[in-house]
Amino acid sequence: MEPLEETANTILAEDDPWPALEESGLALAGVPEEAGGSGGDLADAAVLLRAAGRHAAAVPLAETGWLAGRLLAESGLTVPSGPLTAASGDVRAVRDGDGWILDGTLRRVPWARSAHRLAVLTTTPAGGLVALVDPSRLQVEEGANVAGEPRDDVVLAGVRAEAAAPCPVDAAELRRRGALARAVQLTGAMRGALDLAVRYAGEREQFGRPIGRFQAVQQALAELAGEVTVADVAVRAAVRAPDDPVAVAAAKANASRAAGRVAAIAHQVHGAIGVTGEHVLGRVTARLWAWRDEYGNEAEWADTLGALAASASDPWALITGS
Amino acid sequence: MARSDVLEPGTLPPGTGELRARVREFLAATPFTPRCDCWLTGADPAFSRRLGERGWLGMTLPERYGGHGRSPLERFAVIEELLAAGAPVGAHWIADRQIGPSLLNHGTEEQKHRFLPAIARGECFFAIGMSEPDSGSDLASVRTRAERDGDGWRLHGTKVWTSGAHLAHAILVLARSAPKDTDRHAGLSQFIVPLPAEGVAIRPILGLSGEHHFNEVVFDGAFVPDDLVLGRPGDGWRQVTAELAYERSGPERLLSTFLLVRLLHARADGPAARRALGALTARLWSLRQASLAVAGALAAGETPDVPAALVKDLGTRFESEVIEVVREHAGVEPDPASADPLARALAEAVVQAPGFTLRGGTNEILRGIVARGLGVR
Repeated sequence: MEPLEETANTILAEDDPWPALEESGLALAGVPEEAGGSGGDLADAAVLLRAAGRHAAAVPLAETGWLAGRLLAESGLTVPSGPLTAASGDVRAVRDGDGWILDGTLRRVPWARSAHRLAVLTTTPAGGLVALVDPSRLQVEEGANVAGEPRDDVVLAGVRAEAAAPCPVDAAELRRRGALARAVQLTGAMRGALDLAVRYAGEREQFGRPIGRFQAVQQALAELAGEVTVADVAVRAAVRAPDDPVAVAAAKANASRAAGRVAAIAHQVHGAIGVTGEHVLGRVTARLWAWRDEYGNEAEWADTLGALAASASDPWALITGS
Repeated sequence: MARSDVLEPGTLPPGTGELRARVREFLAATPFTPRCDCWLTGADPAFSRRLGERGWLGMTLPERYGGHGRSPLERFAVIEELLAAGAPVGAHWIADRQIGPSLLNHGTEEQKHRFLPAIARGECFFAIGMSEPDSGSDLASVRTRAERDGDGWRLHGTKVWTSGAHLAHAILVLARSAPKDTDRHAGLSQFIVPLPAEGVAIRPILGLSGEHHFNEVVFDGAFVPDDLVLGRPGDGWRQVTAELAYERSGPERLLSTFLLVRLLHARADGPAARRALGALTARLWSLRQASLAVAGALAAGETPDVPAALVKDLGTRFESEVIEVVREHAGVEPDPASADPLARALAEAVVQAPGFTLRGGTNEILRGIVARGLGVR
């Protein structure tokens, strides 16, 4: 195993991995060091996200580095310490002296209530703008996804940004980045579900032998492994081409599609034990059910790809990228 | 789970884009009727020879055997272009895909010089005699036997579902050359039989559409001299299973129905059809990444048996899914005689589809291989 992957899996298997992520700097992997991050590229950041998914870690890792950290760094702002999140939405920014006043509402902002700072992406007549605000001073209406992760609505009523800068990233690009992050997390969680199902099939005995000895169970596990492997390699390819709209859309659509099948098979293999609240499988599958719909599910990304295909002269060129 | 189960994405070598563009130019300039499942149903010897002239057969074979010394990934790009276009590649398919590599790995110098240059020119097509009336998934149970006779062997037995045997210049036959003992995988050998040959009768087995692609090949004492045994007598099982690696997870396990996607694209004018097109694109893009990753691992000298098996399982099921999705949005009924290419392609596809998840190892057998890889079997 590569050292980073090993470290990531060790830290993210802990009950509360966040302090170790911050201390080691890994919370800001993929964010340039000069902006306050810990350096490394997107593939390194993906190693961490994958491990977080695999261990169903309840941490705002994608939000802190992959989304907010990179956004701030690309806009020339210093990345604050602590958990961060990023969002765009129906927010208006108005000049006030040398600062900006923000008004509007952001829906289903991941981890807003526990984020140290929120990076708000908006547009002004002069172009894109990213503004930093402290969510503890805002009106936050708490919501959650199926896995119990915070997805809060945030109201900005004439709030003054702590810092702001023109931003080269637009809302569509932020959404694409979110989709790729969730796709990586999905593949981690899918691998977690596969590991659990394979282990359980080897341990659980019925009719005098481990259930994994039955062909019906073996065939189901093989399908599970197939979906996990294909989703994983597709997402890895997209991480290498994060600016390719076809790659990201295809990888997220496929991962979202696979997530449902993976969760269903993993539960079927586990039987009733898997549907109890304290079993670890539920923490993994709840994330599969949540993340497959976040930043666009398979239907939404299929629409994007369908539109791209319809405007291309040859759908095959879209598949090969040339 | 072990790190070795992770597939790293495959990368096409530099210059592949140019190669791809040349294949597309050739396809645009060469008349042919696109077909679904073209690597089984689209046999056109003249088309095969044209590919040979351009250096697109035997691409990975060394130049001293008439090949072109290209990487397997360059071949990947060429064949996926041909398949995506529904081009008639059936005549040479088996020779190019697995006989060439197999001869290169196990053949004698004499065998290599005799067959490889002709394979690369598109002038030597092969059939492969594996399945028998009583041996399908359980391939080691084959009963075709080879009996020692002077400086060679005499073959007795029957092979079935032998694709393209009626067009082939030779057939590679798996037969039992020593009686079965406790190791049922021992005592099998591979024999090259040039066709036509005395003691070999080839009869058509018509498919669901009534078309002739499969054959029954009966060996009634056909003589094979020692110099046409492939590899070592008794090593047949090992050689055949290695050959299967070339047969699994290539682009032909994803693209057998891609023609339907192209035809749907040409008339996908509503949001529902566009969404369907997008969903198929997403799945195919992802499966292709997996196929490419396996090809990259094979090219790097690895033996990715388990990933190859699972890519073939998911890929062939995708080929059938395409039919169901396109049917929903086509607005035409499948009709083999239609002037509408989509109606005709649908008719071709539905009757070929049952074979997608059978040939080259049924999906149940493949999932068994995956389950063994997972450690539960």
